[in-house]
Amino acid sequence: MKNPSPRRSADDRGFRTGTGFFAFLVVLLVAGILFELYRTSALSIAKFGLRFWSGKTWNPVSGEFGALPFIWGTLYSAFLAMFLSTPVALGIAVFLSELSPRPLRTPLAFLTELLAAIPSIVYGLWGVFVLVPLVRRLEVAAPLWMRKIPLFSGPPLGVGMGAAALILAVMVIPFTSSVAREVLRAVPATQREAAYALGATRWEAIQVALRYGRTGVIGAVILGFGRAVGETMAVTMVIGNNPQISASLFAPQYSMAAVIANEFTEAADDLYLSALIEIGLVLFVITLVVNALSRLLIWIVTREVRAAAPQDPVAAPLAPGAPA
Amino acid sequence: MNRTARRKALSAVVVVLCGAAVVVALIPLFFVFAYVLQKGFSSLNWDFFTKMPKPVGEPGGGMANAMLGTLYLIAIASAIAVPVGIIAGVYLSEYGKRPFAGLVRLTADVLNGVPSIVIGIFAYGLAVLPVKHFSALAGGLALGFMMIPIITRTTEELLNLVPGTLREGALALGATRARAAFSVMVPAALPGIMTGILVALARIAGETAPLLFTSFNNRYFSARLDQPISSLTVQVYTYAISPYDDWHRQAWAGALVLVAFVFIFSVLARVVTRRLERMHRA
Repeated sequence: MKNPSPRRSADDRGFRTGTGFFAFLVVLLVAGILFELYRTSALSIAKFGLRFWSGKTWNPVSGEFGALPFIWGTLYSAFLAMFLSTPVALGIAVFLSELSPRPLRTPLAFLTELLAAIPSIVYGLWGVFVLVPLVRRLEVAAPLWMRKIPLFSGPPLGVGMGAAALILAVMVIPFTSSVAREVLRAVPATQREAAYALGATRWEAIQVALRYGRTGVIGAVILGFGRAVGETMAVTMVIGNNPQISASLFAPQYSMAAVIANEFTEAADDLYLSALIEIGLVLFVITLVVNALSRLLIWIVTREVRAAAPQDPVAAPLAPGAPA
Repeated sequence: MNRTARRKALSAVVVVLCGAAVVVALIPLFFVFAYVLQKGFSSLNWDFFTKMPKPVGEPGGGMANAMLGTLYLIAIASAIAVPVGIIAGVYLSEYGKRPFAGLVRLTADVLNGVPSIVIGIFAYGLAVLPVKHFSALAGGLALGFMMIPIITRTTEELLNLVPGTLREGALALGATRARAAFSVMVPAALPGIMTGILVALARIAGETAPLLFTSFNNRYFSARLDQPISSLTVQVYTYAISPYDDWHRQAWAGALVLVAFVFIFSVLARVVTRRLERMHRA
């Protein structure tokens, strides 16, 4: 008697296919985005080819579209943000998972994760009216010898790469720190105990834990980078929206997401719209690769622990950017 | 200084630095909250909640239409995302070991990281481009697409927390797997699933980028799916980049409403989560 009830097994198959269809919708969604963006940007892809990515002129009136300044702005701001936020985020992760007194742990974790809950537009508003004037005052106060360095050259406007990098850094901290914390939690306690048994100091034991989970920690940083690349509103409001390639933190620049947000509704002709969508397509592909990579790295570290004993299973999926 | 003392000193320095990192992150949090509270409360009045926007240059008016619009968009998004997300989550929890489930999980996580503006372009191509005008439906679609992966993953995680013996009990009594899943497992995990939905709602309620060119903006309120609709976030953006002081004031008030909404939902989700955790440990 291999199959006691053919009707029941048919029912079960129906259930599997039915729910499987909805799960398939998730996959279809991502495939659909890729297809749709490719389809609607075909005009620009065909016309400009690779020139689109090396061109520096963005002139909708003459129909010339080169996206290099936007790519530069996106990557430069994201790297600067990672430079500023990574030490802080890892510091938070280490503090919360290794050092913090127990009663402080939960409220502090909640507060740092609250940073991720604040809507981008609120950061933008705060950026425009509080951060930008502050940055301008700092820029005005910069001594002359400092202004000769390319990093700090140009007129002190307040809006520009510096303000964008600062606000981005604040926004990605909670993503990196919450995932890094999860990774550190996945490091077996025996690792630290062994280090202590050999006479290690606290910091040396932490180093052992970090080294054990380094793949996942790198994954956490990459995840933060993915967030920084795709961030739109706050950056749009403070970066200055000027398509130029400059190393200066004072210079108003532009990012891929910002140009889409600003110009999409103004794109009068098909080629213009298609060029903007092509920028969106590349943004999508970048975040796809970055996210898949970071998930893979985090998964490598956390899988064994997850299989053995899931820790804090309820809280994990609710934390921002939790790999869950 | 001998070697041991140096190692101990270094360790102490690092411990202090890690604590300092927490403080560094909390400073901007504090300042954003302080400004939003201070500027928002001083601009918030009854008109803000009940009046429509006034024409340019005329002071006063409110964001009644934008708040209603945000609720409307959230409702459309939930109508799309809640059923899809929950059923997909049920699949992942019931058939989680299949390779296809792994693919779905990965895509959901990746989708979660896709910039919201890209989702906006997708919704634009789907619902705006063919009919050539902005609509509430397009905005709701964009937000719904963003909610799906969050709800899918939380539903799965929370279903996995329900003891498998419940399912086995149902099956032993002769229930089909569908029956066991939808009449036993899902109800058992329902408080957690609701929390997941709350979290997803809090997240999309603050989204601006995907709405800029889908639901666009509207000076009035229209409940029609095929008409542009105003939202709190887009309205705050429009007012923030305008040159008028009165509009800036209203932008801060709008930001306060947004932050209050997000904060309440986050705390609520926290409380429910803690309670669930305690329940499952017991």
